[in-house]
Amino acid sequence: MVRVAVGVKRVIDYAVKIRVKPDGSGVVKDSVKHSMNPFCEIAVEEAVRLKEKKIAKEIVAFTIGPKQSAETLRTALAMGCDRGVHVNVDQAQLDALTPLQISKMAAKIAETEAADLLLMGKLAIDGDYGQTAAMTAAILDWPQATNLYSLQHNGDSATVEREIDGGLETNEIKTPAVLSVDLRINQPRYATLPNIMKAKKKKVKAVKPADLGVDVAPTLNVIKVAEPPVRAAGEIVEDVDTLISKLKDAGRI
Amino acid sequence: MVLARIAQRSAQTTCTRAASKKWGKFNWEDPFDLESRLSEDEKMFRDSFKRYCDEKLMTRIVQDNRNNNFDRDIMYELGELGALGPTCPAEYGCAEVNYVTYGLLAREIERVDSAYRSALSVQSSLVMWPICAYGTEEQKRKYVPDLASGAKVGCFGLTEPNHGSNPNGMETIAKYDKATDTYILNGGKTWITNSPIADTLVVWARSEAHDMKIKGFILERQWEGIETPTIPGKYSLRASETGSIFMDNVKVPGENCLPHVEGLSGPFGCLNNARYGIGWGAMGAAEACFHAARNYTLERIQFGKPLARQQLMQYKMGDMLSEIAYGLEAALTLGRRMDAGTASSSEISILKRKNCQTALDISRTARDMLGGNGVQDEYHIVRHMVNLEAVNTYEGTHDIHTLILGREITGMQAFVNKDN
Repeated sequence: MVRVAVGVKRVIDYAVKIRVKPDGSGVVKDSVKHSMNPFCEIAVEEAVRLKEKKIAKEIVAFTIGPKQSAETLRTALAMGCDRGVHVNVDQAQLDALTPLQISKMAAKIAETEAADLLLMGKLAIDGDYGQTAAMTAAILDWPQATNLYSLQHNGDSATVEREIDGGLETNEIKTPAVLSVDLRINQPRYATLPNIMKAKKKKVKAVKPADLGVDVAPTLNVIKVAEPPVRAAGEIVEDVDTLISKLKDAGRI
Repeated sequence: MVLARIAQRSAQTTCTRAASKKWGKFNWEDPFDLESRLSEDEKMFRDSFKRYCDEKLMTRIVQDNRNNNFDRDIMYELGELGALGPTCPAEYGCAEVNYVTYGLLAREIERVDSAYRSALSVQSSLVMWPICAYGTEEQKRKYVPDLASGAKVGCFGLTEPNHGSNPNGMETIAKYDKATDTYILNGGKTWITNSPIADTLVVWARSEAHDMKIKGFILERQWEGIETPTIPGKYSLRASETGSIFMDNVKVPGENCLPHVEGLSGPFGCLNNARYGIGWGAMGAAEACFHAARNYTLERIQFGKPLARQQLMQYKMGDMLSEIAYGLEAALTLGRRMDAGTASSSEISILKRKNCQTALDISRTARDMLGGNGVQDEYHIVRHMVNLEAVNTYEGTHDIHTLILGREITGMQAFVNKDN
C-alpha cells in the first residue's frame, strides 16, 4: 500500500466576483471569501478514494500559506486525509511565490514524508499557471501525468487517461509519480459534520520554507494588475468589401 | 463633587479613545458582523452544509415544489452529512454539535426552502430528541442510529383534527393490557410532517395506565392498524410530505412507551427545541427573499433607471436588512444561552414568534418588489411566501406565542376562560 501526498491551496472562492485594487497592485483579498482551490478538492477526493480502495495506507495533505490556510488543511483532513503539513508563509509571500518555488517545496515534502504518489490539482484558479505538477516531477525526477480524467493504480505502475484537446489520451506510467487531476475525474464529497470534528484531532506539522531548503524571496515583480478592457460596441457593415477595408484600417489584417 | 470627578476622569479616557476611533467597514450582508462571533468549527460546519444546500437542494427545489414532491433520498444525504439530530449524542451516530451550529444549519437549509428545514426539524428535534431525552437506553440504541443516518424517517404525532393550539384536549387514547404488557392506541393525528413516509412514529396519547396523563409512544410503520394518508391540496410547504396518522387498535409493546416524561412537558420539550431551530431557519428564508429582491431591483430597469434607485425600494430593503440583523442577533444570543443551559423556554417563544412574522412580512414585501415576476416560482420568493404561512402557524401560532409571553409578563394566563 502506498503513501499519498496531496497538495492543497487556499484561494479566493470560485464564486466571488474578483475586484482589482484601485492602485493596480493586485486583487482585493481582505474580507473576501476564500476556500480550497476546486482542483485541489478533486485531488483530495481522488486520494481518499485510493484509501477507500485500500491502495493507499496513508494520505498526507500539505499546504503552503498563512495561518488561515490551516482551515484549508482542516477541510482536507475532514474529507479523509490522515495528517497534514503546513508550510508557513505570510499572505504577501504566498502571493509572490512562483510555481518553481512551490515545486521545490512540494518535492521536498514528498521526500521527507516518504510519499509514493504526489497528487495535486492541475492548476490553482488564482495564478492559473498549471506548472507546479510538471515542475515538481522534474525536480523529483519522477514520471508525471497531468490533467487526469481517470486513474487506475496498479502497484508499481498506473494507467491514466488524460484530458487533451482532441479527447482522451491513455498512458501507462511507472510509480512513484506526480499526478495532477482535471475536473471530470471525480465529484468531491462534502465534509460531514462528524468528520469535521474528527479532523481537529489529526496531527498537523508546522514547517518553515527554510526547513525545506527553499528561499521565498520574490523572484517575480508584479508591475500592474488591471481588469480586462471593457468590451466596445460592435459595428455592422454593409458588405464584405467594407468589412475588409475597416479591418485593414484597424491594422487587424 | 466626587461623582463629577469620576465622570471627568472616565470622560478623559473615553475622549482619547473616541479621538483615535476608526469606524469598521459596513457589510450589508452581515451588518453586525455575526461572522466574527462564530467559532471556526461553527463556520466550517455551516460552510460544508451550505455547499450541500446550494449544490444538491437548490437544484431540485423548484421542480419538487411545483410537483408537490419530497425526494426521500434527501434524508439519506442529510444523514450522511451528520445533519440529522446534530445535537444528539455521538454514541448513537450523531454529530453532537452545539445549538448555535444547529441554528446555522437550519438557516442554510431554509434559505433553500422551509419544507426541507421542516423535514430536518421534525427528524432532529421532534423524533430523535425525545427518544434521547425521555427514552430508555434500549430505545435509543434501537431507533436513534437509523434516524441519524436517514435509513429511517421519523414523524411526531401530537396535533389532532380537533386539537391544534390546545394539545391538552387530545382524544387519542392508549389503553393498557397488563397480561401482554401492551398498549392499545386509538385515535387520529393530523398535519404530521413526514407521516406518509415515516418508519418511526413518536405519538402522544392519554394513557389509561398513567392516570390519563399524556405519554409518548414509539410506533413502527409495519404494525397493524396504522394508516398515514397524505393531506392533498396543500399550497404551502409543497416539497414536504404532510399527512395524518390514523390508529385503529395499534398494539404498542410496553417497552416502546417513553418512560422519563409525563404530561405536556414531554411534547413541549421537543417543540421548544424545534422552535429554536425555526427561529434561525426563518431568517434564512428572509435572507433569501431580501437578496433576491435586491438582485432583481438592481437589474430591472423602469423609467430609465434600476428599480433599486427608487426610494420606495430602498426603504423596503432598509427595513429588511434591519429586521434580519436584529433577528439573527436574537437567534445567536439564544443559541449561546441554549448551549450554556441558561435559556428559558419562553425566550424561544420570542424568537419563533418574531422571526417567523418578520420573515413572512419580508417575503410578502419582496414578492411585491418583483412585480409580476414575483408570482413565478423560478424567482423563488413566492415559494418562500406561501411556505412562511405554514411556518408562522405551526410549532405554536403567532397568537399562541403571544399568550405565552402575556402569561410571563402579567402572571395571568389568557388561554382559557377559567383560572387553572
